[in-house]
Amino acid sequence: MNATRSLANNKKRSTAIVATVFLIPVFFFITVFIIYPIADSFWLSLHQWNGISSDRNFIGLENWKVLITDNVFYKAFFNNIIIVILSIIVQLPIAMAIAFLLDTGGKRLNILKMVYFLPMLMSSVAVGFLFRYAYDPQFGIISAIDTMLGGEGMIDLLGNTTYAIYAVIAVICWQFIPFYMVYFLAGLSSIPVELYEAAIIDGATRGQYFWKIALPSMKGTIKSAVVLSLVGSLKYFDLIYVMTQGGPNGATELMATYMYKNAFQTMKMGYGSTIAFAMFVVITTIALVTLKAINGKEEA
Amino acid sequence: MKKKRITIGKIIAGILALIWFLVTGGPFYFMVASAFKEQFELLTAGVFSMPKGLYIDNFKEVIESNFPHYLLNSIVVVSISLVLILLTASFASYPFSRFRFKLNTPLFAVVVAAMAVPIHVTLLPVFELTQKIGLYDSIFGLVGPYTAFNLPISVFILTSFMAEIPKELEESAEIDGCGKFRTFFNVILPLSKPGLATLAIYNSVNMWNEFSFALVLTQSPESRTLPLSIWEYQGQYTANIPLIMAVLTFCAIPMIAAFAIGQDKLIKGMMAGAVKG
Repeated sequence: MNATRSLANNKKRSTAIVATVFLIPVFFFITVFIIYPIADSFWLSLHQWNGISSDRNFIGLENWKVLITDNVFYKAFFNNIIIVILSIIVQLPIAMAIAFLLDTGGKRLNILKMVYFLPMLMSSVAVGFLFRYAYDPQFGIISAIDTMLGGEGMIDLLGNTTYAIYAVIAVICWQFIPFYMVYFLAGLSSIPVELYEAAIIDGATRGQYFWKIALPSMKGTIKSAVVLSLVGSLKYFDLIYVMTQGGPNGATELMATYMYKNAFQTMKMGYGSTIAFAMFVVITTIALVTLKAINGKEEA
Repeated sequence: MKKKRITIGKIIAGILALIWFLVTGGPFYFMVASAFKEQFELLTAGVFSMPKGLYIDNFKEVIESNFPHYLLNSIVVVSISLVLILLTASFASYPFSRFRFKLNTPLFAVVVAAMAVPIHVTLLPVFELTQKIGLYDSIFGLVGPYTAFNLPISVFILTSFMAEIPKELEESAEIDGCGKFRTFFNVILPLSKPGLATLAIYNSVNMWNEFSFALVLTQSPESRTLPLSIWEYQGQYTANIPLIMAVLTFCAIPMIAAFAIGQDKLIKGMMAGAVKG
């Protein structure tokens, strides 16, 4: 009796030791590059610091007071929200339509699938540059199309404070629709074939199959796509930075670009950290609330 | 029954397919076609025209520039980080998927939570840290953040993969007298190869295209990676659009190759990565 217990205890202890050894590396990386920086980011937000000199002034919540009344930050947040909303209502339906098309077409459409997926394979920087030239008023695609339709060309969407944000969102959609397309495609192909066959035998058209069977059974997939799109849009950076740097005149400023500019261009490291930490809090809160709202509905 | 019916639905589907083909393919055509044009051909001949001939001087000029150096930087950073990610993730996934110990669930929850952290909150502190340890403006300064930020998702994917390996295999190894370490290296690791391959492709594509850390942690052209190199060209050849398009075409080739080779694995990784939200 005693012997078995101590054997079991021994085994437990050795398991714990082995687990510790195996887990040390991963927690080293997570602690050094993720957990510590989050804490440090908040600590930095309580300082005034130019990033170079060794003395930092502890100024308490001064930076946070500035942030609460900073109109540029609100404008940036508002732009993020526009991206969130348009991303969800533009990307997801188009992605769903294309996914359904590819799913119905089967293997015949594999070449189309390959082309449809291309935008996802380019880096945001490359996409940003590509479209900066595509939007170029002199040599770009938009102006060329306008000329073909009898216009005068010279359309400068990115330089226009009203249209710039929508021009950028169009590119974001272009880049990410392929992702949701593949995501929905995976969801559609996991619906049992029997369901489709049964519906067709009962005389349903493809359209009816889509609305009455496919769409309802993809609820879970659609929900996660919404959350993904939401979080992704809130932390958007690369593409906007490459295409407009937040301009013209702040028209496409986002939380992340504003943070970058403060921290690394005007070297207000303390205030930059404040924006970064605020962003972290905003994103985490919105994500948690959305998750809760979405999952709560499911139970009802 | 066999008569093919052409319904309105099919026509609409066909039109949609064509439009989307033009929307996704158009900018690509613009990129590749422009890369084959002379600088002034683009101005005079119009955007959508085919290049006059296969003018390859743009590509030559890119290869003769610093391009091989940027390419090498990218390859070095991605390879080192990838090895670290695969090793660390398989170490971590083993106890997470196979051991019962008190802290298993809470520790795994920390890893899952780390997946959702936006990198921008860490950008400044990591910048400061990199300067302190003397790795600022060196490609090796990128290895740490790249590894750390791709680890949580990798552990997540690999843990669910390892959990599916039959318990009997592990038990029979233990009966044969293998300790945990030998079981890991001789049984679990070889059986995880498909999972590791998914991670390799998915993480490589992510790191190959990474922008924010590369922007903040490097400064001189010598230590720029491929995505950042596009800036250098842009500064140098502002008006030479065809040349920049040649650079973009070169940058896209490895990714398109990766997609062609590991399409299923890449998509699988992206789907699992999608749980991030």
